[in-house]
Amino acid sequence: MIPAPFDYSSPTSIQEALNLLKKHGDDAKILAGGHSLIPMMKLRLATPAHLIDINSIPGLSYIKEEGGFLKIGALTREAMLEESDIIRNKYPIFTDASKLIADPQVRNMGTVGGNIAHGDAANDHPAVMIALRAQVIITGLQGTRTVPIDEFFHGFYSTAVQAGEILTEIQVPTPPKGTGSAYHKLERKVGDYATAGVAIQITVDGSGKCTAAGIGLTNVNATPMRAKRSEDALIGKKLDDNAINQAAHFAALDCNPSKDLRGDEDFKRAMVQTLTKRMIQKAVSRAK
Amino acid sequence: MEKEITVTINGTAHTVKVEPRLLLVHLIRENLNMTGTHIGCDTSNCGACTVLMDGKAVKSCTILAVQANGKSITTVEGLATAEGLHPIQEGFKENHALHCGFCTPGMMLRAVELLKHNPNPTEEEIRWGISGNLCRCTGYNNIVKAIQYAGAKMRGDKLPSTEPQFV
Repeated sequence: MIPAPFDYSSPTSIQEALNLLKKHGDDAKILAGGHSLIPMMKLRLATPAHLIDINSIPGLSYIKEEGGFLKIGALTREAMLEESDIIRNKYPIFTDASKLIADPQVRNMGTVGGNIAHGDAANDHPAVMIALRAQVIITGLQGTRTVPIDEFFHGFYSTAVQAGEILTEIQVPTPPKGTGSAYHKLERKVGDYATAGVAIQITVDGSGKCTAAGIGLTNVNATPMRAKRSEDALIGKKLDDNAINQAAHFAALDCNPSKDLRGDEDFKRAMVQTLTKRMIQKAVSRAK
Repeated sequence: MEKEITVTINGTAHTVKVEPRLLLVHLIRENLNMTGTHIGCDTSNCGACTVLMDGKAVKSCTILAVQANGKSITTVEGLATAEGLHPIQEGFKENHALHCGFCTPGMMLRAVELLKHNPNPTEEEIRWGISGNLCRCTGYNNIVKAIQYAGAKMRGDKLPSTEPQFV
């Protein structure tokens, strides 16, 4: 399979990339890791007339802690998450997720920014970023703006990134003491999209009471979804079986899965329930 | 509009004019006539087209040739040297780790990257490590053994037995 013809630019600065985006308008697409876009172009589901390859722009690939945030550059490869000491020691949820994203070769190319900017509810980082209450930095010719993750996903392949803009960074607030996180997705085989996936971040105080909770769901709604009622069912409570079961019950009720080859609606709700329960327990066990 | 790119493949720089839509695997196989890199699924699932790009294993069916401009590529043709087979090739040969051989080039290149990062992987780490490469003949057991063999050889350790194990 060969993509339809297109023209190609490889700018070396954000400014140059933004100027190209302005010039080509809707005909242009940004190429980051390319492992969602190029397959779609090979199937001719996407036929951009112009590709703007941002891989030659320096300074977009990093994982650093700064000013109360974990900052992840848009071009950071999934493999870099697996290799990062900061991630391994302090943000195990990313280690959980990156291991389940496609396969090693794809993770050498695929980027965190692209995984989010693609706007696909089947991707894994969106739910993780919802659980972590991240914010997304979007850069345009007018400057940068910050969009909370809850306002980022607008619909199928549609996000807050507007024409002429590029997603440049993701910021995750540094979690307070007593926080743990975990992610798991049920997949039929390596490289499959999630049958269902659940991302959890929980903060507990000295007495074992939950003071904060973030719960994001993968591929069981038209957009990546926050399980709000489940979060509320945990906050202020001791995390006993009752509270956890209640949260898992709400997540299964509130999601909107559709039947496909991975299973019917009831099965997916049941998987959301089970995964929510298990990931809350895992996140709590990791809290430090 | 064609672009002029320079891609170094197995140490030799090639400057060619290509259409932006040309895939890296087609550049390697059709423009440069190195057919050791295979096209299997053509959808970035099977890993038969795996090559090393600046040392990282990537699926060349899902990378544009223009993205490899200025980069250094290793294909299966670049593994052996004048001194003989690469340890991973020797491992595959000694352990009967291939039947039809279609997945073998991609499997070996991914294994080379894996062993560079993790010179002494566990069986589980090897199985996760080759999870992006499909083999429809061997059932993977001998591929795992071949990678263990290559790891031992590259570390200078005693080589594991290549006798078949029946379970």
